[in-house]
Amino acid sequence: MSKKQIVPTKTRMPEQPPAERIKNYDEVPYGYTPEQAMAEANRCLECGRPLCTEGCPVGINIPAFLKLVAASDFRGAISLIKETNALPAVTGRVCPQEEQCEGRCALSKRYESVAIGRLERFAADWEATQGPPSIPQPPPPTGKKVVVVGSGPAGITVAADLVRKGHHVTIFEALHEAGGVLVYGIPEFRLPKAIVRREVDYVCRLGVKLVKDFVIGAGATVDELLQEYDAVFLGTGAGLPWFLNIPGENLNGVYSANEYLTRANLMKAYRFPEYDTPIIRGRRVGTVGGGNVAIDSARTALRLGSEESIIVYRRSRDEMPARAEEIHHAEQEGVRFELLTTPVAFHGDSKGWVKEIECIRNKLGEPDASGRRRPVPIKGSNFRVPVDVVVLAIGQSPNPLIPKTTPDLKTGKNGVVIVDNETMKTSKKGVFAGGDVATGGATVILAMGQGKKAARAIDEYLRTGKW
Amino acid sequence: MAEKEPINPSSEDRHSNEPFEPGPIMVITRESLAPNVQLLTVRAPVVASKIQPGQFAIIRADERGERIPLTIADWDREKGSVSCVFIQVGTSTYKLGRLKAGDFLPTFVGPLGKPLELDRWGTVVVAAGCYGIGSIYPIARALKEKGNRIISLIEGRSRFLLYWLDRLEAVSDRMLISTRDNPIRDNVTGPDTLEDLLASGERIDRVIAIGCTFMMYEMAEATRRFSVKTIVSLNPIMIDGTGMCGACRVSVGGETRFACVDGPDFDAHQVDWELLLARRKAYLVPEVDSAQR
Repeated sequence: MSKKQIVPTKTRMPEQPPAERIKNYDEVPYGYTPEQAMAEANRCLECGRPLCTEGCPVGINIPAFLKLVAASDFRGAISLIKETNALPAVTGRVCPQEEQCEGRCALSKRYESVAIGRLERFAADWEATQGPPSIPQPPPPTGKKVVVVGSGPAGITVAADLVRKGHHVTIFEALHEAGGVLVYGIPEFRLPKAIVRREVDYVCRLGVKLVKDFVIGAGATVDELLQEYDAVFLGTGAGLPWFLNIPGENLNGVYSANEYLTRANLMKAYRFPEYDTPIIRGRRVGTVGGGNVAIDSARTALRLGSEESIIVYRRSRDEMPARAEEIHHAEQEGVRFELLTTPVAFHGDSKGWVKEIECIRNKLGEPDASGRRRPVPIKGSNFRVPVDVVVLAIGQSPNPLIPKTTPDLKTGKNGVVIVDNETMKTSKKGVFAGGDVATGGATVILAMGQGKKAARAIDEYLRTGKW
Repeated sequence: MAEKEPINPSSEDRHSNEPFEPGPIMVITRESLAPNVQLLTVRAPVVASKIQPGQFAIIRADERGERIPLTIADWDREKGSVSCVFIQVGTSTYKLGRLKAGDFLPTFVGPLGKPLELDRWGTVVVAAGCYGIGSIYPIARALKEKGNRIISLIEGRSRFLLYWLDRLEAVSDRMLISTRDNPIRDNVTGPDTLEDLLASGERIDRVIAIGCTFMMYEMAEATRRFSVKTIVSLNPIMIDGTGMCGACRVSVGGETRFACVDGPDFDAHQVDWELLLARRKAYLVPEVDSAQR
């Protein structure tokens, strides 16, 4: 069907060599040059029934943007992307493309897919070099006021969409910097914070009011907000870290990934003592978990100077939920993987510092509810991994602060706020929710997709008053 | 705020006076109460309007500062001001100790934590030392208003380290001052005094103790054999103060709890003190490095 010649592999993206990059906190890939981007975009077969867009949670018109990049119309490409995605510089870097757009690419059946993520990132980065983006003429004010709780991916998306409809939008952020997981969780070397600041700044320039250092559920309740505002969107994420509930978990040197990454990223502990927040720089750091958060933690440990960074994961490589590129980068950097391994206890010294992780080996059993094969412990296979820092990256659930102070807000398993999947309406009139607070922990792009749905429903609610 | 870009002034104007917006946190006064003990009073109307006894705020002294929790020692809802008492021990508290009237704090989030349970119990001993003397004052005041008989037990190594005794006296039925330079009896500690009081047979319905971790531990031990309900306000290391990081986890009754959202007040007889004391020291070495700069 296509007249095009097939180019089987992706255009390589230049990146910092592993030996260099583990000594700094700078971003690993440098991004495409315009020539590389055009060559890569040209690999698109322009197939008759493109599936890539279907794989995108926010439905970017991917074939059209690729065509614009290939024709060196970068301005056109980024404008098209931004019609549906408020944070392309972010998602180009952190989306699990292999499970989404790139996984559906016609090329991917036999060859490497088009590097859609890299091209999205290229278009967004190109735009940033062209000076501050122009601000569209603000629409006439509707007089309706909306509160967005949390400035992560879901909240930013909702705020951007609603301010462009003429609503008055205020974001309340609990921390001192906006961006949610993009600033406290995802490390600088994977997502430079300057990019997040640029995106947040853009949303503020659209007219969104950002109030930092204010905790909803403490400084004001949702009911109090509803007395002043017409609608509330909860985009408070999944901020409650899980622990294993095994002996020794409260020893010094045992961190939740939330704490470890917040110290390193938000508080800039990697620049201690220039910044005041310290972090324990272990010589041997063991990270428990197999998702992106685990990989981020293990790679952060290397950059903080650890001699050995070990990932302990209970299933095998195939079941690891982390992005393929991150696992690859971690391997290149020398992260060691103890697969099919579950911690059963932490052992400490007399002063209360962690010294060893006691583990048990697993074999894979039948698939569980997630479709992944269940780890089955092998009796008597206990062994110990010497460590001086442990990072627990085994998942998190929504922060209970708001549900606890909002009696008529219904929650489900693990404290997830129950929503209607199409409108993101909660059980409480005027209150919507999306992102990890409603899913329990998913991806940046899914949170944004839910944010888009919520923004549509909130706009309709504000215009019609119908719940 | 150095890197703030010029923003569209019209959008700024449109959204001034947001309900609930904390606004800039300005230092009203900062004064020394005793050697190394400082009182910081800031304009924070939203916190002032909401604060309840026992709650705390998370503070950053400057843009590179740590987030540290400080208990609120007093407030004035009408003036929109709140005060914290703190001890200068490390980089962050030294930075706070250098603030002057008119300075701005980049972060002052609150009120955080659960309010202390207040009821009419009868006779309540409020025991405090070091920064806790400030923290206990609004608690004593609120308990007095509830109709309790208040015995204030204020302890310190030496008399000149104590402060706010007049304020506490005004809300107390009885004052017990315990210092190691006591002219009558040598080397009397607060926990000793509390134990003597309980041993004397006086009916005490509840004890609330705030101070350094070791003092609270000793107070807990003093009341344990008398089975008097004892509440302590725990002070582990925190970052966000909203239950997000788990740095402040403590073991209470064998269960891991987060002091920031499940506390900070817990039953002293259920607390794993050894663990808490060890976790408090987690950053001793880097703290010394930082303070020496």
